[in-house]
Amino acid sequence: MTFILFFEQLLNGIQFGTMLFLMSAGLTLIFGVMGLINLAHGSFYMIGAFSAALIAALTDSFWLALLASLAGAAIAGVLIEIIIIRRLYRRDHLDQVLATFALILLLSEGVRWCFGAFPLYLNIPNILNGTVPIFDNIIYSKYRLFIIFMGFLIALGLYFLITKTSLGIRIRAGQNDRQMISALGVDISKLYTIVFAIGASLAGLAGAMIGAIQSVEVGMGEPILILAFVVIVIGGIGSIKGALVGSILVGVTDTIGRIFLPELLKVFMEPSNATSVGSSIGSMLIYILMALILIIKPSGLFGKSKHDY
Amino acid sequence: MIIEKFFNKWIMVFLILIPTCGVIFDEPYFITLATKVVILGIAGIGLNLALGYCGLISLGHAAFFGIGGYITGILSFHALNDEVLFSWPIAVSGSSEMLIIWPIAILVSALFSFIIGLLSLRTSGVYFIMITLAFAQMLYFFSISWPNYGGEDGLSIYMRNSFPMLNTMDPISFYIISLFWLLFSIFISLRLINSPFGMSFQAIKQNEERVKSVGIETFKVKLLVFVISGTITGLAGSLYTDLNRFVSPTVLDWHTSGEIMVFVILGGMARLYGPLVGAAFFIALEQTLGSYTENWQFWLGLILILVILFARSGILGLFDKKLKYEK
Amino acid sequence: MIKFTTTLGTLLLMAASSTFADGHKVKVGMITTLSGGGSGLGIDVRDGFMLAVKGNKNISVITKDDQRKPDIAVQLADKMIQSDKVDVLTGIIWSNLAMAVVPATVNQGKFYLSPNAGPSKLAGKGCHKNYFNVAWQNDNLHEAAGGYANSVGFKNSFILAPNYPAGKDALTGYKRFFKGKLAGEIYTKLGQKDYAAEIAQIRASGADSIFFFLPGGMGIGFMKQFSQSGIKLPVVGPAFSFDQGILKAVGDAALGVKNTSQWSKDIDNAANKEFVTNFKSEYGRLPSLYASQGYDTGKLLISAMSKAKIQDMDKFRDALRSADFSSTRGKFSFDTNHHPIQDIYVREVIKEGKTLTNKIVSVGLKDHSNAYVSDCKM
Repeated sequence: MTFILFFEQLLNGIQFGTMLFLMSAGLTLIFGVMGLINLAHGSFYMIGAFSAALIAALTDSFWLALLASLAGAAIAGVLIEIIIIRRLYRRDHLDQVLATFALILLLSEGVRWCFGAFPLYLNIPNILNGTVPIFDNIIYSKYRLFIIFMGFLIALGLYFLITKTSLGIRIRAGQNDRQMISALGVDISKLYTIVFAIGASLAGLAGAMIGAIQSVEVGMGEPILILAFVVIVIGGIGSIKGALVGSILVGVTDTIGRIFLPELLKVFMEPSNATSVGSSIGSMLIYILMALILIIKPSGLFGKSKHDY
Repeated sequence: MIIEKFFNKWIMVFLILIPTCGVIFDEPYFITLATKVVILGIAGIGLNLALGYCGLISLGHAAFFGIGGYITGILSFHALNDEVLFSWPIAVSGSSEMLIIWPIAILVSALFSFIIGLLSLRTSGVYFIMITLAFAQMLYFFSISWPNYGGEDGLSIYMRNSFPMLNTMDPISFYIISLFWLLFSIFISLRLINSPFGMSFQAIKQNEERVKSVGIETFKVKLLVFVISGTITGLAGSLYTDLNRFVSPTVLDWHTSGEIMVFVILGGMARLYGPLVGAAFFIALEQTLGSYTENWQFWLGLILILVILFARSGILGLFDKKLKYEK
Repeated sequence: MIKFTTTLGTLLLMAASSTFADGHKVKVGMITTLSGGGSGLGIDVRDGFMLAVKGNKNISVITKDDQRKPDIAVQLADKMIQSDKVDVLTGIIWSNLAMAVVPATVNQGKFYLSPNAGPSKLAGKGCHKNYFNVAWQNDNLHEAAGGYANSVGFKNSFILAPNYPAGKDALTGYKRFFKGKLAGEIYTKLGQKDYAAEIAQIRASGADSIFFFLPGGMGIGFMKQFSQSGIKLPVVGPAFSFDQGILKAVGDAALGVKNTSQWSKDIDNAANKEFVTNFKSEYGRLPSLYASQGYDTGKLLISAMSKAKIQDMDKFRDALRSADFSSTRGKFSFDTNHHPIQDIYVREVIKEGKTLTNKIVSVGLKDHSNAYVSDCKM
């Protein structure tokens, strides 16, 4: 187990984390401003990937496909917010969980209806294909570096949006006191639609970027949705800073854990058992991490401790 | 309320009528379906105690359903292969007797609900939803990758476990066994809800701070409800394994948690028969939609959304005028 | 009362069946995955089977979707056996569903013809006289991959598969035939799509070749990421990650990869040519190996029906066992545990015009059976 390998795995963990951040930022923003638990957030991830695959097939351009993922998910987000989600803001968490659970069924099956059961093709552009050397003898995938770069760009963008723009002021006001901002005459339903669309398009972008190196298929959003929930719960629900820290923590724990745990166990037991047991525990690791953090800090790392959501 | 009570009587009539029809028209699958409704209804009744009556939104009841199911599968698997379950500190062998399996399934489910509840109840609101989900996911991944009991392939037990004097492979006999447990869990729920303890956990759903100020240790109350709730769901899991003669990690999947929750809401929260009606409605939908279109999940999703948006108090709520006016 | 009605029902039923009974009619129950993830495979098996039995008035087929859930599959099997009174069940794609449905079916005295899954348990100790596998025993294609690795002189393989029983069978199958050393052996999380960490390990391991078994979306992700990583090692795997349904999604990353399969669309025999042409004209797409398996299952059933009535189970079983039909794979027979003896080919992914597809480059294992024959006591 060399240092080079460790460093590369660390980068992999960070890359996975930045993807999780794109998902969880939207999720936590939507929760913070509207108080909505959106289980269907993973569906926007899927819709983004499918929009991108569709446009890539038509135009042969990866960059247009990325734009399409943002646009496709945002449009779907606006429509769904206006037709369904809007009616859920005043409901309790239970209704929200169920309605958005039903939305998953509806959207997944709807997409399969339109695009068929087989996975679609979406590939990365040639310019990002291959590897680049970083430091002396560490080489790393260009595309994964691009993902990390995009992730941090978007984190910066969100920071700027929330602290420096008038939309950001309204969003922060909404997070702090929902009654007050409507009293101030802010068009609250428009604000909600915008926030929902931002969240959806971030998820869509993540779907397209990941779809290009994994696979574009129905149901692709569900595993990552659950991870995104783990992230925002660890970070503290509603906190974008928490989402960032939580994403990196989960990304690194998962990557490092599943590789090094079997190696570690080989010290104690015979190799084939170690691989098997190590992989088993490795796949549970982030849930164990989450349970531990919640037991110590019941409202996450950056959650408002006295505030009961 | 009167109409709901009237309706409840009809549910009981149906529970007896449907399998009789199955026998008359020689449609044993009818009975199998009815048994599935009854078993999933029991799982829902378990969740309803925590969710409907005490306001504990658990998205992790698949964990208990799965534990009950796996305990049954494992015990019977060992009996089938004639292997001891473990030899230390005392040798314990498997069993294929329902009368032995049930108490063990109940005990283990109770133990797991106690541990999970103890840790999860430190949180509340969304955190509680998510931490229960996390525990279920942990068990799900564990069951997939643990090779001894089939991992993803699951565990086949070929024959239903046995019950004295009954041929459990006969659909009617197994239906009667399930029906007994359904009535038992309804009875337990009814007694609980109307007891002083029941008053306190229902009050917690309304306003926990106020209950605390009266000097009740709400944590203990919630934990006890959670344990009872998980145990009933675990028992349903045990029956479900016997129904299919098979258990696999799918029962621990988070979709299972979601579906049990859907039964509760569809039928109407905090209504004794709600989960049963919900399960019946869900399975009827699955069967009828599924025979018309491959894309039945699309329509199922749509119907669920409509119910949540426009029929908030569930199917039983439609029959219950009094509550409608209150809201 | 109940007893009386049962008797009455049975009497009525007996009267009905004796009037309408026709020994040459067979009712088939097809339980396969038609919705959700992995439904592409089920659709192919169903379409292949339906193509084989098309126009045959003596076969009626009831198709149901198992949603890839074992509990649903068992319940459907019960329904088909108890209510629809089917004679034969088929269609299951996944090993875990087969482990649930096959015992339930054969224990209720019905035939099961497996068009895809062949878990080792059902080939060895758990074999049954009414269970026939028309596709392969799960280890077969992996064993052929191991054999291929020897023939081209790989010495140090890095092998990976998901951490679940079929994944373990896959690596066991490869190791059973591969004579070189292992540079590394990894079990990944089931459903995992990102292999950055594993690829880094491969890079650091000093392997000279890679064997992987990652079905469905997992394989798509792995192949894409592997080709982007710039590691230039030869890759070999079973056909599941390179079949016609998936190749489109993998794209050029799959070009040149060797994969092992008992079927390929360029196998040169009349039955296969007829199948490929008819499948294309019927459904407007190229068939996959799953479609060929569904097709062969249908043809096997028809061949047995021409020899025996299904009511005479012993004769019908003998008819099935003789496998007297022209398979799309050419030579095909059953071993004593009712699993195929057949050639397993090595294929290479190529481009025909704009379409990615496979062509045969060699025969990996000739007349290959499986390792569990001696465990099966029928």
